[in-house]
Amino acid sequence: MTNSNLTTRQKVEASMARRRASETRFRLYGMASVLFGMLCLVVLFGDIFSKGYSAFSQTVLTTEIYLDADYLEISTTSDEQALMNANYEGLVKNHFKTEMQPSGRKERRQLYSMISAGAGWQIQKEILADTSLIGQTITIDLIMDDDVDQWFKHDHGNDDGSTRLSEAQLGWLDSWVESGDLHTRFNTTFFVNGDSREPELAGIRGAMTGTFLTLLVTFLLSFPIGVAAAIYLEEFAPKNRLTEIVEININNLAAVPSITFGLLGLAIFINIFGVSRSTPLVGGLVLTLMTLPTIIISGRAAIKAVPPSIREAALGLGASKMQTVFHHVLPLALPGMLTGTIIGMAQALGETAPLLMIGMIAFVVDVPGFINDPSTVLPVQIFLWSDSPERAFTERTSGAIMVLLGFLIIMNTAAVVLRRRLERRW
Amino acid sequence: MNYSTLLIAVLIALGGAYLLGRNRARTLASQGAKMHSLPTHYGALVALWTTLPPLLLLLLWAVFETRVVDMLLTLQLPESIRLAGEADVRLALSKVHNLAKDSSLMAESNLSGAAAHLVDLQARTSLLKGGVILALIFAGLGLTWRRIQPDMRARGEVESIVRKLLFLSSAIAVLTTLGILASVLFEAIMFFQKVSPIEFLFGTTWSPQVALRADQSGSSGSFGAIPLFTGTLLISAIAMFIAVPVGLMAAIYLSEYAASNVRQVAKPALEVLAGIPTVVYGFFAALTVAPLIRQWGETAGLDVSSESALAAGLVMGIMIIPFVSSLSDDVINAVPQSLRDGSYGLGATKSETVRQVVIPAALPGIVGAVMLAVSRAIGETMIVAMAAGLAANLTANPLDSVTTVTVQIVTLLVGDQEFDSPKTLAAFALGLVLFIVTLALNFVAIKIVQKYREQYD
Amino acid sequence: MSIIENHKTDGKPFCDSAKLSARDVCVHYGEKQAIFDVSLDIGKNEVIALIGPSGCGKSTFLRCLNRMNDTIDICKVTGEIVLDGGNIYDPKVDVVPLRATVGMVFQKPNPFPKTIYDNVAYGPRIHGLATSRVDLDEIVEKSLQRAGLWAEVKDRLHSPGTGLSGGQQQRLCIARTIAVDPEVILMDEPCSALDPIATAKIEELIDELREKYTIAIVTHSMQQAARVSQRTAYFHLGQLIEVNSTDKVFTTPEHQLTEAYITGRFG
Repeated sequence: MTNSNLTTRQKVEASMARRRASETRFRLYGMASVLFGMLCLVVLFGDIFSKGYSAFSQTVLTTEIYLDADYLEISTTSDEQALMNANYEGLVKNHFKTEMQPSGRKERRQLYSMISAGAGWQIQKEILADTSLIGQTITIDLIMDDDVDQWFKHDHGNDDGSTRLSEAQLGWLDSWVESGDLHTRFNTTFFVNGDSREPELAGIRGAMTGTFLTLLVTFLLSFPIGVAAAIYLEEFAPKNRLTEIVEININNLAAVPSITFGLLGLAIFINIFGVSRSTPLVGGLVLTLMTLPTIIISGRAAIKAVPPSIREAALGLGASKMQTVFHHVLPLALPGMLTGTIIGMAQALGETAPLLMIGMIAFVVDVPGFINDPSTVLPVQIFLWSDSPERAFTERTSGAIMVLLGFLIIMNTAAVVLRRRLERRW
Repeated sequence: MNYSTLLIAVLIALGGAYLLGRNRARTLASQGAKMHSLPTHYGALVALWTTLPPLLLLLLWAVFETRVVDMLLTLQLPESIRLAGEADVRLALSKVHNLAKDSSLMAESNLSGAAAHLVDLQARTSLLKGGVILALIFAGLGLTWRRIQPDMRARGEVESIVRKLLFLSSAIAVLTTLGILASVLFEAIMFFQKVSPIEFLFGTTWSPQVALRADQSGSSGSFGAIPLFTGTLLISAIAMFIAVPVGLMAAIYLSEYAASNVRQVAKPALEVLAGIPTVVYGFFAALTVAPLIRQWGETAGLDVSSESALAAGLVMGIMIIPFVSSLSDDVINAVPQSLRDGSYGLGATKSETVRQVVIPAALPGIVGAVMLAVSRAIGETMIVAMAAGLAANLTANPLDSVTTVTVQIVTLLVGDQEFDSPKTLAAFALGLVLFIVTLALNFVAIKIVQKYREQYD
Repeated sequence: MSIIENHKTDGKPFCDSAKLSARDVCVHYGEKQAIFDVSLDIGKNEVIALIGPSGCGKSTFLRCLNRMNDTIDICKVTGEIVLDGGNIYDPKVDVVPLRATVGMVFQKPNPFPKTIYDNVAYGPRIHGLATSRVDLDEIVEKSLQRAGLWAEVKDRLHSPGTGLSGGQQQRLCIARTIAVDPEVILMDEPCSALDPIATAKIEELIDELREKYTIAIVTHSMQQAARVSQRTAYFHLGQLIEVNSTDKVFTTPEHQLTEAYITGRFG
């Protein structure tokens, strides 16, 4: 065929070295890409974990403190108002002043700053729980300030001068470490407190409750509406222009940036309908619109997977279209729909941007009780904390991320398990 | 009565009405009447008529209550405030609401009259609302219950109502799109009345802060959005530079080369990357990647901004890898095996087959996937909000700090919003641009992918 | 008409001037065995037809001859197939030059989504067979001429190959295969998706190609086997039952299964 005298086989053999090398290279690029993706995952998780694992422990100082009735100006018979307003913070300060003997005002201030502002609240809580403690000496684990907390958890033992603590403070700390009074315990504060300006007192309970309420609203609205829409589009919708528009719309909506849903929430739900800002209600409404496309698309797939023979069997027995759908098709499609809903809810759980628009970014200390209390959600809390310069907040941000990822893993695993266990293969 | 009480009342009515309707049908049947439908159909019909009208009314009430109350209240405000302008009226109204909540403050204010009126009004509307809802419940229940007769076609009626409800549910998707469009459009039009669209689309200076005093320079703010657009494009380009080759090669490797056990592990692992919330990526970008890049830059003698476009773009690229790879995977798998066989049959190697037959055949689908990924990168908010800066620099240097459309929307809308100032309205104009661009990208991309799929179906 | 355990092939499975010789070839798909100890020679410049009922393993056997079965993960081939003195299943053998020597045409026309020219030029390009653009043009033209397609497409070489009719597409695939200048061409039911006129053209083409190439063709149609081939091999449930000259197989078959098949008692 060709002008030269070489046969095809010889020419092909001659090209093989180059082609084998190119083949190997291509394969390596592919492998490297997959490995790069997995490496990113490992680095990301590793980074978050290494920054955040210490958020789950908290430095406390075991102290024997005398609850001086005279100083506090209360007694076992005092009314609640008096008990609430007594100067517990002063009591704590006094206690350490006599105990550690700081010299001069500067040292005194340094000493006080090592104890968390929450120590007074701890004493108050004890007394409110049991007034008979007044006038007694109790042993209590006082929460330490975040600087001490960070020093004890990270810098203690390898002093590289990065700590903000002074010589005098380090001296006291060493003595407490030696006596074993300064130690860490599981950080319950992180899970039972709302947000706070003080890192050692800041917790995610408020954000978690807000997230729960928001997702509750989202689920209650998006699941029935999504299922209904999927049923309509798959079983009842006439094949016409209008239906086509609805379908294109849903597909497009699934790919619209989430932030635009926030603009809708702000302009329509808040400004026109007057729903109050920063509430789980308005957050849930926005997230409902956002997750609906996901639920509808997966719901339709689940309905499509139900074989026509089931419908024909029911219709053949004289059931109406509606009865066929609700008695036969829907129960079979429900596991698939539920899987899609869980995945949609997991998306909603991690969503941040649209919620910023509708004011869920407010600094909320109180734990919200109902869907129209101001609140924030876990991802927004992460966003807020990540902006704080304190090292302790970086740690707590990572801790909160670990909690968030934990929930996501649980939800996605649930979806996978549900799909495996309930989805029938026809 | 508040909304939750009324909602609970409606729910109780739902159950009660169902039971009442069903029992009446059963009673009739047991008396020998030949009923047209099953008792449950009569129950469902009564339940629907008993609860749907009050629910609809509650919804309307919730939508309009605040506005009507505020309108009535405005009439009660002192003349001086009413004439002072909209902002003052709004301020006064919120004061009145606060006063009404805390009666101890009421005495010493010129708004106490209005506040007292509000308290009165609230009490009356609450009572009215409760009354009307209960009346509707009982009217629906009574009327439908009486209509239950042996020859009544309950099933047909129930089914037609349910069908309408199903239709309404699917219409919500369209309403959402219209809602987004309307919400950005109206505010954007108000913005363009204050700032010319030409200046907005082609101006090169972006400094939206309106000066506090009139004599400060640039008191009206400057709304040239070009630096935002270039910033968005720069970061998206960096992200695509990472995500497209890596995502595509990973998809090729997993679908053409990897053994099935490797695929079973690697595919879900990559998809985990897609499930991580963007706020986590933002945190990673701002606290880990950005300092790292800055450090490297310094050792290389480069001047790297602490909020460089590179950091945000890199991390965004990582986020988009699984998006590109799973879409490309679908597209590559749709290429028929017969084409691969044809190529292998001629003696092509795997990589030759992939590069010269599979990829060209899959190209339309891959283009669609990349367009969807671009739309995603443009609309991504949290990574850039946390890792990219606020400085609207017009630059193509990835080591500089740039800002994006989404970052500016967030910045302009978080905090105090004044819907009469161009600063707040500018966010909606940006939102309009973002919505139109991403919608167009998605629309075209989805069409391309659909066409491509049909080609090989 | 039960299957005979370890059936020894009737007729003349071997020949003197063998281009390809298969010895004791077994193929397993996972647990399931698809081909049982097949031994067969394919002579130089002959057309051999592989016939048999659906699922008898004739296509599977054909795909063994240029190791196309390698693309299926669960497929395992044992035994040996010798091409010009070398076993193609030797671990040292690279499938690329093998497949360049033993080309294949598939059941369904599968032109690449490229132009007609690029479809034909694909093989020469990847294998580096042409030294210049002129050279490549010549290969493309000659290949299309041999495939009998040149006259029909010479004015639209740069329009997509997928735009041709079914018969033209299949001839394009044949042109694509001969552009590489192989020594053996394997054809897997090349006419099953075509109408009678297109089929006749392909059959004519096969007859012409015999001068230069060795051809193995799997076919469902006994008339086709009779028209194009010199030898015919009959497969049944993974076993090679009988091989003889085509005339003999269709007039006086040795094995009762062959007879049953060609007389249309099953198939």
